[in-house]
Parts: sequence; C-alpha cells; structure tokens
Amino acid sequence: MRLEYFEMIDKALRFDREAQTILAEARVPMESPVFEGHFPGHPLVPGVLLTETMAQASGYLLLALNRLSLMPFLMGVDEARFRQFVTPGQILAVEAAFDQEGSGYAATKAKIRVDGKLVASASLRFALTPFPADMNTLMRDQIERIGLGDALAA
Amino acid sequence: MSTYDTIADIIADTADIPRDTITPEAHAINDLGIDSLAFLDIAFAVDKKFGIKMPLEQWTQAVNEGKMPAENYFVLKNLAARIDELVAAKNA
Repeated sequence: MRLEYFEMIDKALRFDREAQTILAEARVPMESPVFEGHFPGHPLVPGVLLTETMAQASGYLLLALNRLSLMPFLMGVDEARFRQFVTPGQILAVEAAFDQEGSGYAATKAKIRVDGKLVASASLRFALTPFPADMNTLMRDQIERIGLGDALAA
Repeated sequence: MSTYDTIADIIADTADIPRDTITPEAHAINDLGIDSLAFLDIAFAVDKKFGIKMPLEQWTQAVNEGKMPAENYFVLKNLAARIDELVAAKNA
C-alpha cells in the first residue's frame, strides 16, 4: 500500500469470473505520513482508507468483469464496519464480491481480513461510466501492476 | 402501498427532498432537481425494491434521440407506470 498515493492494492491473488469475486493483498507500510497524524505514537490505518481499499478491490473486480469497458466511480458506501485496529506491517486480505447491477451502476460487498480474522466490511456502489480521456490506459497499467492482466484476456 | 408512493418515499429518502413536496405530477429532473448521479441511487433502491432493472440508459437514449418525451419516464406518475410494466414483464 502506498497510502499517500491512494494506491491501496498491492496484488491480485485470485480473480474468479464465474463467481464474480476477487481476492487481493494489501501490505500496510511500516511508515507513512498518514501515521504521523493518525495518531502520533499510535499508528492506525484510518477507517476511510480501509473503505478506499475495499472500494479499489471492488473497482478492479468490476473492471476485470467488464474487461475495461466502463469505469467504476464510487458513489455509495453502506454498512461500513471496522472491527479491529489495522496497524503498520499487517497484511490485508481484501475480498470483493459482485452483488447487483443495473443501468449505469453496480454494487459489491467487500471484506478485509487479517490472519483470517474479519477487520472491516462494507457494501459499496459504483456509477459505471464511459472512461474519461486517458483513464482507460491508466487503469490498464494498474491492472497489469497488480497482476490482473490475464483476467482481461481470459 | 402503491408503486407511486413507494418511489416517492425512495426519492424523498435518497435525494433528501421533503416527502410532502413530491407529487405524482412532479418531473424528477425539472421539478425536483434530481441529477443523474442521484438518479442512479434511486434506480438502485427501486431495482432492489421491485426486483427489476430500470433501463435508465435506454430511456435516456430514447429521450435524447427524440423518440420519446422525457415526461414519459421522469414525471413520477409515469415513472410508476413504467415500473409497473417492468414488474409485469418480469412476472409474465
């Protein structure tokens, strides 16, 4: 994770087109400017960044499912829960599952686990829109970066 | 509860519009000022409630191409009728 660049997902571990799920890994850095304020001497990953982590895993899931044809933009967060503190050095297993789609939107359910233990969960909604200029390339690069490139071809 | 009342409640809730200002004759966009993102929120709630997929993009395209007046979809009593049609088609 590069928290200050909002680059939350390090790699995709598993993508299942049939089950419409993704499992991804995010390693919390030992140091980040974020921890200098949240909180001095007691570094914790903010809940809002855990939400973003679940949103990015969901976004990659939707991009892989639609083969980069529409860009998901986060438009709703429901039932967000943070059950445990998330601290520097932890390895997060981020799961996202497709939930519902309609005309112009899609919904997912996402979870974060540490050592098998649930630390966060949320229901998320995305507007699906045509790609703004250049963003398609940017997202394709990100998908390659996390090792999800094969999913686009499969 | 009628389809109209159900969608009026959903609109009041999701778009933060006082329920008593919403009428069957109100135009969702022109009168109630609901923008396209807020309408997606409404579509999500309506789809979930009625077990349908409101074809918003198709409707918007029909309006933009001049094939159908916007009132046909976006005046609330007509929106309720469109939703009833989608539910009937699903159950047919």
